[in-house]
Amino acid sequence: MLTKPDIEESGEGAAGDVGEALVEASGLEVHFGLRGGLLGRFSGRAAGAVRAVDGIDLTLRKGEVLGLVGESGSGKTTLGRTLIGLTKATAGTVRYRGQDITALGERGLRPLRRRLQMVFQDPHASLNPAMDIRTAVGHPLRIHQLVADEQEYEARVVDALERVGLTPPERYLGKFPGDLSGGQKQRAVLARAIIAEPELLVADEPISMLDMSVRAKILQLMLDLKRDLDLTYVYVTHDLASAKFFCDTIAIMYLGRIVEYGPTAEVFANPQHPYTEALLAAIPEPDPERALPRELPRGEIPDAARPPMGCAFHPRCPVAVEACGWEARDLRTLLENRWLELAPEAATREKSLFADVESLAVDGLSTVAIAPGRGHSPEDVLEYLRHLREEASQAEPREPFWRGVVSMHAESGRAVVEFAPPRDPRLSLIPATGVQVACHLREPVGSTTGT
Amino acid sequence: MATTTLPTGPIEPDASAKGTRFGGLRRITAAIREARGVPRFMLWAGAVISALFVITAVFAPLIAPYSFDTYRSGGHNFPKQGSPDGDHWFGTTVQSLDVLSRTVYGARTALEVMLLAVVFSLILGVLLGLVAGYFGGWLDRILVLVMDALFAFPYLLLAIVAGFVFSGIAGGGVVTAALSITVVYIPQYFRVVRASALSAREATFVEAARAMGAKPSVVIRKYLFGNVIQSVPVITTMNAADGIGTLAGLGFLGLGIQPTQAAEWGYDLDRAIDDANAGMWWTSLYPGLAMVIAILGFTLLGEGLNDVLNPTMRRRRISKVLLPAHTRRRTVTAPALPDVPEGEAVK
Repeated sequence: MLTKPDIEESGEGAAGDVGEALVEASGLEVHFGLRGGLLGRFSGRAAGAVRAVDGIDLTLRKGEVLGLVGESGSGKTTLGRTLIGLTKATAGTVRYRGQDITALGERGLRPLRRRLQMVFQDPHASLNPAMDIRTAVGHPLRIHQLVADEQEYEARVVDALERVGLTPPERYLGKFPGDLSGGQKQRAVLARAIIAEPELLVADEPISMLDMSVRAKILQLMLDLKRDLDLTYVYVTHDLASAKFFCDTIAIMYLGRIVEYGPTAEVFANPQHPYTEALLAAIPEPDPERALPRELPRGEIPDAARPPMGCAFHPRCPVAVEACGWEARDLRTLLENRWLELAPEAATREKSLFADVESLAVDGLSTVAIAPGRGHSPEDVLEYLRHLREEASQAEPREPFWRGVVSMHAESGRAVVEFAPPRDPRLSLIPATGVQVACHLREPVGSTTGT
Repeated sequence: MATTTLPTGPIEPDASAKGTRFGGLRRITAAIREARGVPRFMLWAGAVISALFVITAVFAPLIAPYSFDTYRSGGHNFPKQGSPDGDHWFGTTVQSLDVLSRTVYGARTALEVMLLAVVFSLILGVLLGLVAGYFGGWLDRILVLVMDALFAFPYLLLAIVAGFVFSGIAGGGVVTAALSITVVYIPQYFRVVRASALSAREATFVEAARAMGAKPSVVIRKYLFGNVIQSVPVITTMNAADGIGTLAGLGFLGLGIQPTQAAEWGYDLDRAIDDANAGMWWTSLYPGLAMVIAILGFTLLGEGLNDVLNPTMRRRRISKVLLPAHTRRRTVTAPALPDVPEGEAVK
């Protein structure tokens, strides 16, 4: 990556300045190596890396509920897991009460696990089917040797079960996970998570596998637990509605980066990043009379192993500007989308202008030399592209791609298209709101110099 | 997902929590009680035959009229190759030994060897399988390589080689025979347990255990063991059956237990080959029959258990619902109906 988005004035950044910083991440990166094809597997050569988490800075204060929101594949779960040391960071640091937990090995982390707990997405899979509730819920006590004798153990387990609403506890002690419903299982998982008195609880979509009727109850239970036990939550979700209900601070993630980070109410009332706007627009409106036509982002979330240059959202962004990181891949997408809509003959005719459209698929090309097809000159290609630009300038909504094209000219038998130099948007504070956003459109006027 | 393929009938390794242990047993016994049809027949037939075999083996000194190496009684020798009669129901061998006694004592030898071999291979195979499956990496690779190499040998050849090696250390007794059979069966347990451990390792509850701060040894004992052990009882009974055959094979080749140490069916069969040519059927028939019955018993037990415990094989039957007796009361309450206002009765 070129630059790390950095937080300016992180001291007053997020809204919940309620307590001291509990967890601080800076420059956090988690890249998973890819093994590639059969040959690569044999030779053990890595074929690139998936950038699940790509340069993240955030501060989690005591008592805060931070929501990590994003589409599938945005790295929100990986970030949540890395914050408590379940996934190894490849770069950057996570400090828990000043102690760098990325430097600790599995052995060094074990004592800390008592304080940093996790609730997994699937309650049906996160309890050992061969272990009864008495043993399963109390196991952290045994692991960390927190109880002296059986009476104390039993009392703590009963207390934890009562706290999560599995009452009367005696009825559940001898049961196996298979005897419980999904909501009851998630309650048992929560009991197990809180029994060792943790400080931070990372909840990875804790309600997404539950019935609608149980979801609100579990969220309310989590809020009650937070109040009673002085917990701090990281709530990982793709469900904006529950995040709005549950979180103090929200971080919208896209392709391993935070694009918007601020107090929940502010983010929802006044979304700054085009991606946030799109996410909010995607919340279904139950009343068909009131449903507005909405602009959902085009296409799919890009491959995290080959993220777009500049702002990762630019290929899907309706309001992208020239510095957003336009590149050859975007031209290919544009052409292919056009040819899909045209009649097959016309598409074939236009395709023949290009010798090899696939050559545009290489990532990171800021200047691309297009070879003209057989029987065509580079001027023909340029003419065609100019024609496209002309067409686009009249169409509504305007295609933002052409804003990124700086020049098109012929050079030694090829049509050369040059794009504006890409620039990574940095998280910058919007004054008076406490929201940080990584978007070129929202940058303070002084800091628009490129990298 | 891994957990869905795992049967939920645990055998809890740790007896610290009573409920867990009994709960686990209850689940297995419940499955056995629910069995119907052919699996039920196989299970019970196998259990009865196996129980007979075990009883014979345990009470051999009471059942057998003579000891396995007795060739004279009351001051005169037994007849040589005598046909079955009132004194020797199953006849006598070329060495003037009583065939009935040798067959009964043979069951004892077979049981001893079988138990030792099964216990040894169970402990070693399950332990190695769990460790290899959970930790993976180089340890796993090396173990898999060794186990596959063991698999590649014909099992009798392997047992013979192991028998040679161990007889130098432990002599030609029951323990040596058991050890040489153990070597043959370790890879089976290893493979099955490793495969289950590999899939269970990826399960969320194992990850959750790690997130709780559990050490690998705790994860293996408390979270993996109970979930991978279900496939083991079936292999155990199958191996028990197979072990009897392997022991007999070794004895037949003269490589198993020394004839002075214990009676052994395979050895008896070997000595009976010439008799069979001479028309003396009893010396080979009875040890052979005993062997067949013992193997049949354990195989039926194993197959039955497999059908009953394996959730992919198990078919739940819908039993006929019998209406409870007090449904008659309905006819009693029926006359009360007209009292209800008609509008409500329609509802």
